[in-house]
Amino acid sequence: MSNPLPAKERMKIPRQHMPEQEPEFRRANFEEVNLGLDATLAKQEALRCLQCTSQHCFIGCPVGVKVREFIDLIVEGDYLGAAAKIREDNVLPAVTGRVCPQEEQCEGRCVLTKKGEAVAVGYLERFVADYERTHGKVGLPPRAPATGRKVAIIGSGPAGLSAAGDLVQKGHEVVVMEALHEIGGVLIYGIPEFRLPKDIVRQEVDTMRQMGVEFRTNVVVGKTVTVDELLSEEGYDAVFVATGAGLPIFLNIPGENLCGVYSANEFLTRVNLMKANRDDHDQPVFDCRGKDVVVIGGGNTAMDAVRTSLRVGARNAAIVYRRSEQEMPARVEEVKHAREEGVDFKMLTAPLEFLDDGKGWLQGVRCQTMELGEPDASGRRRPVPIAGSEHVVPASMAIIAVGNGGNPLVQATTPDLKTTRKGYIEADPNSLRTSKKGVFAGGDIVTGGATVILAMGAGRQAAKSIHEYLETGAW
Amino acid sequence: MYKILEAKFLAPQVKLLRLEAPAIARRRKAGQFVILRVHETGERIPLTIADSDKESGSITIIVQGVGKTTRLLNEKEAGDSILDVVGPLGMASEVEHFGTAVVIGGGLGTAIAYPTAKALKEAGNHVIVIIGGRSKEFVLLENEMKEFADEVYVTTDDGSYAEKGFVTDRLKGLIEGGRDINYVLAIGPIPMMNAVAGVTKPYGIKTVVSLNPVMVDGTGMCGGCRVLVNGESKFACVDGPEFDAHQVDFRLLSTRNTMYRAAEQSALAEFEQDHDDHECRLMKQADAQQSQPAQA
Repeated sequence: MSNPLPAKERMKIPRQHMPEQEPEFRRANFEEVNLGLDATLAKQEALRCLQCTSQHCFIGCPVGVKVREFIDLIVEGDYLGAAAKIREDNVLPAVTGRVCPQEEQCEGRCVLTKKGEAVAVGYLERFVADYERTHGKVGLPPRAPATGRKVAIIGSGPAGLSAAGDLVQKGHEVVVMEALHEIGGVLIYGIPEFRLPKDIVRQEVDTMRQMGVEFRTNVVVGKTVTVDELLSEEGYDAVFVATGAGLPIFLNIPGENLCGVYSANEFLTRVNLMKANRDDHDQPVFDCRGKDVVVIGGGNTAMDAVRTSLRVGARNAAIVYRRSEQEMPARVEEVKHAREEGVDFKMLTAPLEFLDDGKGWLQGVRCQTMELGEPDASGRRRPVPIAGSEHVVPASMAIIAVGNGGNPLVQATTPDLKTTRKGYIEADPNSLRTSKKGVFAGGDIVTGGATVILAMGAGRQAAKSIHEYLETGAW
Repeated sequence: MYKILEAKFLAPQVKLLRLEAPAIARRRKAGQFVILRVHETGERIPLTIADSDKESGSITIIVQGVGKTTRLLNEKEAGDSILDVVGPLGMASEVEHFGTAVVIGGGLGTAIAYPTAKALKEAGNHVIVIIGGRSKEFVLLENEMKEFADEVYVTTDDGSYAEKGFVTDRLKGLIEGGRDINYVLAIGPIPMMNAVAGVTKPYGIKTVVSLNPVMVDGTGMCGGCRVLVNGESKFACVDGPEFDAHQVDFRLLSTRNTMYRAAEQSALAEFEQDHDDHECRLMKQADAQQSQPAQA
């Protein structure tokens, strides 16, 4: 332990604040909102860690980052060592340092929360990952001798990347297949630049390429090639299905097909992947400059969509959510940032109909006000409509961000792959084995829409299980 | 990168491109499409695969230059490349022994319908083909269709070739003349497909159309291509692109297809401006060279 301060002194240091772009500037640009800690702030923050033996932070991490150890290395000033320590368990530290819901994981379990604020583990993770990117070389983990075994990973999002990183270290040949033209899945098409710069994702993917992972774009498994073909003529020994929950859920209310009504997936893909907001790119997106935008939903995707709409020029941008703020599934930081940027939160409001301007274009959303009743199956209080509360929220563009179902392309062409009633793939919770020999599945395609880090956790779990299967051959 | 093996104009601004894409060629069935992106800053657009060949590992697309991206594609020559091509996407055409099948192609639609027409013949149908074009030069693949089809009729809007009129006039003629038609496939502009659906509906003739809504990913992820079929939202990229013509909401489809019209028009205008500038420069260079005295 290198921390020179006694515990009492450590607890006197306040939690360091993340420097941010000012709201009035950032709402008009796509630059990152959080600017990152510098070495002085990071060191100060690292000194707050009590280095406790119980390590609740480590237990709270879905991929098992050795939090206490990497923070100790920061205290020593060995930032590259700290980054390497994280990379042992997490192939995407610069990503998770930015997008993890730390308050529910490592930080949520920190002993300091009993008396005050948790150690800012996320800020520190981001600091060392960024330090590593900008100073000197990334330390590549050693790769075991080639095993001669081949693994196909379907989908290049967080679950697929995380599995690929672990499997390649074990000496297996790993090929990641992606339907889109760029690697990264939701990290590329979904999460906006201002929260996760795409250069960072590209750099992390490049690091994995150097580790020996092969990436193939423009491959839609289920269409370009089937799982059966991968396992037979293509010679793969195992397949990991990590296709995510890419099937947007719509509301099934009148007017949903009007021009100007988008799924969050479509709107975000047009802006993030296709750069539709930029003049030098050809893909179009609805021009909402000076117009009113409504985003329906209360999760991180809804926050990403509403904040993106401000950045492409919306005059007013509102979140419409049928429960109250307390029930919103979005990260606390995202909600705070959205509010600072001027997003209007219309809580306890449910959409009833998208209104036609008479020419097939959206002109508003008819809504009703709700109140909270008894808890429902999810444990959250059920929203109940208030009679006579119908009203119209004007909008030229509406974005529906109420979640995703399981994308069926792989399942549809793999008849012996069992699925759940909701269309997700059935997999053993521990081994992530599916009903089909040699095929594993994990991430959102098994659990339904969750977080980057949970998908990465599933990727690691799959990698471990696939490695065991390749070693023993036992199913 | 996907190499262009062959490129030729079939009609003004209608170009055939044969691309090297063995993985797509291997699995492709009639009715399926690809999504492509010409270059790094390009948009993703869907195009039906007109033909494919497993042996040479190639697929054929036919592109009508109506917007910036399709005009860019019109300029491509053999030896050039396209950055991204993904497929084969969508469901294959339903090919069965129906009895008498009428395949109707309007303009570029003829090229898209061609492989399915051939497959319907191979499935034992009596195949009647009706080819429509604005004028003579937009009548595509007449000879190719004649090679296998039992009957081929041609109509032009302006009467510059064959029968003057619309494909629906010919179709009506066949039905009213007492021909027993069991299946109709219509591919072409939305008003044409809508009109065909209108003609066959009273007779209860099974009619299928291939829809062309706006798409992005082509895997069902974005929902941008949603069309209303029998009152229900369907994603054309994964549930289609072919649907029961009598159940399609054509009005909604054509409205949704105008969503980016302003952006498309300004992109095209800009493209044409650049293009004209480019041509002007070339012409000036040529003139300058000509006016210089020849060197001995």
